[in-house]
Amino acid sequence: MARKKIREYDSKRLLKENLKILAGIDLQIRVAQVTQSIDFTELTNKEPWLSSTKLVVKLDMLFGKRGKSGLVEMGGCKALITTFIVKPFVPHDKEYYLSIVSKRLGCTISFLECGGIEIEENWDKTIFLPTEKPMNLEACAPLIAKLPLREKIGDFIMGVFSIFQDLDFSFLEINPFTMVNGEPYLLDMRGEFDDTAAFKNFKKWGDIEFPLPFGRVLSPTKSFIHSLDEKTSASLKFTVLNPKGRIWTMVARGGASVIYANTVGDLGYESELDNYAEYSRAPNEDEVLQYARVVINCATTDLDRCKRAFLIGGGIANFTDVATTFNGIIRALKEKESKLKEARMHLYVCRDGPNYRTSLAKMRALGEVLEIPIEVYGPEATMIGNCKQAIDCIMSGA
Amino acid sequence: MATGQLFSKTTQALFYNYKQLPIQRMLDFDFLCGRETPSVAGIINPGSEGFQKLFFGQEEIAIPVHSAIEAACAAHPTADVFINFASFRSAAASSMAALKQPTIKVVAIIAEGVPESDTKQLIAYAKANNKVVIGPATVGGIQAGAFKIGDTAGTIDNIIHCKLYRPGSVGFVSKSGGMSNELYNTIARVTDGIYEGIAIGGDVFPGSTLSDHVLRFNNIPQVKMMVVLGELGGRDEYSLVEALKQGKINIPVVAWVSGTCARLFKSEVQFGHAGAKSGGEMESAQAKNQALRDAGAVVPTSYEAFEGAIKETFEKLVEAGKITPVKEVIPPQIPEDLNTAIKSGKVRAPTHIISTISDDRGEEPTYAGVPMSSIVEQGLGVGDVISLLWFKRSLPRYCTRFIEICIMLCADHGPCVSGAHNTIVTARAGKDLVSSLVSGLLTIGPRFGGAIDDAARYFKDAYDRNLTPYEFVESMKKKGIRVPGIGHRIKRGDNRDKRVELLQHFARANFPSVKYMEYAVQVETYTLSKANNLVLNVDGAIGSLFLDLLAGSGMFTKQEIDEVVGIGYLNGLFVLARSIGLIGHTFDQKRLKQPLYRHPWEDVLYTK
Repeated sequence: MARKKIREYDSKRLLKENLKILAGIDLQIRVAQVTQSIDFTELTNKEPWLSSTKLVVKLDMLFGKRGKSGLVEMGGCKALITTFIVKPFVPHDKEYYLSIVSKRLGCTISFLECGGIEIEENWDKTIFLPTEKPMNLEACAPLIAKLPLREKIGDFIMGVFSIFQDLDFSFLEINPFTMVNGEPYLLDMRGEFDDTAAFKNFKKWGDIEFPLPFGRVLSPTKSFIHSLDEKTSASLKFTVLNPKGRIWTMVARGGASVIYANTVGDLGYESELDNYAEYSRAPNEDEVLQYARVVINCATTDLDRCKRAFLIGGGIANFTDVATTFNGIIRALKEKESKLKEARMHLYVCRDGPNYRTSLAKMRALGEVLEIPIEVYGPEATMIGNCKQAIDCIMSGA
Repeated sequence: MATGQLFSKTTQALFYNYKQLPIQRMLDFDFLCGRETPSVAGIINPGSEGFQKLFFGQEEIAIPVHSAIEAACAAHPTADVFINFASFRSAAASSMAALKQPTIKVVAIIAEGVPESDTKQLIAYAKANNKVVIGPATVGGIQAGAFKIGDTAGTIDNIIHCKLYRPGSVGFVSKSGGMSNELYNTIARVTDGIYEGIAIGGDVFPGSTLSDHVLRFNNIPQVKMMVVLGELGGRDEYSLVEALKQGKINIPVVAWVSGTCARLFKSEVQFGHAGAKSGGEMESAQAKNQALRDAGAVVPTSYEAFEGAIKETFEKLVEAGKITPVKEVIPPQIPEDLNTAIKSGKVRAPTHIISTISDDRGEEPTYAGVPMSSIVEQGLGVGDVISLLWFKRSLPRYCTRFIEICIMLCADHGPCVSGAHNTIVTARAGKDLVSSLVSGLLTIGPRFGGAIDDAARYFKDAYDRNLTPYEFVESMKKKGIRVPGIGHRIKRGDNRDKRVELLQHFARANFPSVKYMEYAVQVETYTLSKANNLVLNVDGAIGSLFLDLLAGSGMFTKQEIDEVVGIGYLNGLFVLARSIGLIGHTFDQKRLKQPLYRHPWEDVLYTK
């Protein structure tokens, strides 16, 4: 999915900057970001209000429901809090809610005259604006019809919407904002960007950070693969599921890899499934080599005396040259020969696609040369059969 | 969207952003299906025009290439499908341009990474104008026996294996391209095959949804059942649930939503407050499978049981007499491509050219096996490069330094010599650098510049045959040949050529042996006794010292030395060196902006 959450600090900052430019609205909000490396003197010099007003300090770690949960540990997930947002304390009574969500055929815009944490219970004022229709006062009339500050709020909603589109937000929620001296004042805000628009918007977004969801820390392995993935037009993904599991997979294509994972799960061996890994869209030999190295490294650490199984394969390739990718995998296997033997690794290879015959033959030959058990199948076998074999292998003889 | 067939056996397509392999695959599929005309009518490649050669069956055909979409559509008005292989940066713009063309009805977008806002624009436009967008982020789709998009269904072997060259009764739609392929195989095993299969792509907002295609298939009488493969995330499958509940679909639907393993991703806790009310649980595979089951679709208990469910559904239709047996045909043989056959070891094709001095196929080019980077890193010079490329060995530094000195000394000899003169005249005629250079080089031969080569040849021959200087010179005189390497217009016995002295000095200090040069000096001593200007000149010095370089370095066999002299390596040295000067003269004339040269009449003897 290409929807990336951004910190409240960044959402507010971008909204303030662009509202001025696009809609001539001057948002009177003030925010500062505090991280581990912050220099307080420098910060207070830049933002003098920090030392003169009463402040509110909140976590800026990409999760909502902060008021309700109030804790650092959530749903079994612990992680370090690294970033805070600081804003002036603004006493107010009236709260408003605004959210805009991008949908396939247009956008849903919700506006309510109350805000806060009980929002889910009050869903009635939502309009759907189809893609081809422009945003104007007429369109948002149903949202603000009976309000005293109709004009100001109407302008604000239209301003925020134009920024939503201009900056390629996929989701934006202001819960709540209030009116201070007759002007809108944001209290709390969440945003998500469509990161595929980065190549169009990098100037507008500036130095934006897309932090990982709370609780997800990139291990060195994952960050390496992530950087490989970024650099290529091919697709390389990797996630460790059960570090103690004994079935490892390196499967081509998103669809097939999910099915492999599914099948192992369906056969009841979820806990033995170590990782989710997929490569697709024709990575070249070198990319596959680097990728395979890392996966094999992971698969051969934490040795116990038990057998392990490695499923290499995938469905029938459309255009990825099986020979190229397999050459990369074969090179990696050769390099890691001793590690594989130490880990008592059994390999199960199943693949079809352009040049599959020579590749499978090479794999068979490799198995003989390296004296590692490698079982090789072409289209005559099913991916699922391989899963069964892998399971049988690890369950038999410890 | 709805309505029915998008493609047929006569569908014509335009292919945007030339990629050889997918187009060739489409054409091979066309041939396999027995189509009379190839499905790609034209190619659009911004910045180029002309033709691309591709194979249709055994024959090569030329498909026109246009540089703009409008031009292509005008040239091929019957092409109503636009297959867009542009990268994610330009896919949206080109797809919109295509949709705006009145002749285009279907646009397939292969790229992954098209911004959502752009896709939404395409969706809105297509909807308003009754057009269809397939993708983005898809491999495409295929109508068996009629038309396929790009790389769909992979290799010809796979297509033959799945019998996609003739229509079956199953309509298939999924998000994933890779899994589509797996399922074509499964479906071919347990039913009479695919009628049409579409991969809608993996993006959040697909150009056309799973239910769009399901409803469309519903209107195609040849489709007797449907297979749908969904994925966790999004709510596309729910529109299918709705359609089923409303009784809009009147043929069996076998569906499976993959991704039940997502619960394994512990750390992906969704902290999204639903400002959008997108319930996490509703988008799970389990929920969708249940909803589909409840709405009347045939949903297996696992992916493994999918094949069984499809088989069962198909067999029920056969029993009920709803399936007309497919007329099986034998597809024509598609010849294998030469390079695939070579790669798989089936054929061997002889090469036409042999080359031994350099190799550009690896990480970096090598000269006689030495990588370019080490040449630069070790601080080697032009002489070393010549040593590698001409002699295919790494000569010791004193040799390569000597070569460099020769080049420096021979680089130019003023504007009046034949070569320079020709170059100057050509440059003044307004010709380009290369023409001016070559014009000067063409005067190099037996009378100009060739003396070095000749000197080496004759000195070697004389020395090797043990001729005394006297015998050598007199035999040359008898043959009427001037001894090359001897003689100068100005230099005298008491006013030696500085260049010759420099060369001799360098050689005496560095060469292990200077026997040929000493022989040449002996010859000079004899010739000086005849006339004072018969000194050893630069050509003679270089020629004789070169022989010493070859013989004294210990790196050449006698045969190799004979070969070097016989082929005329020294000629090469002169040509290389003098090019420096000739290019200099060309630049000089151009800087001076000299007009066309005309030789003065006064300087010509006109006679009969």
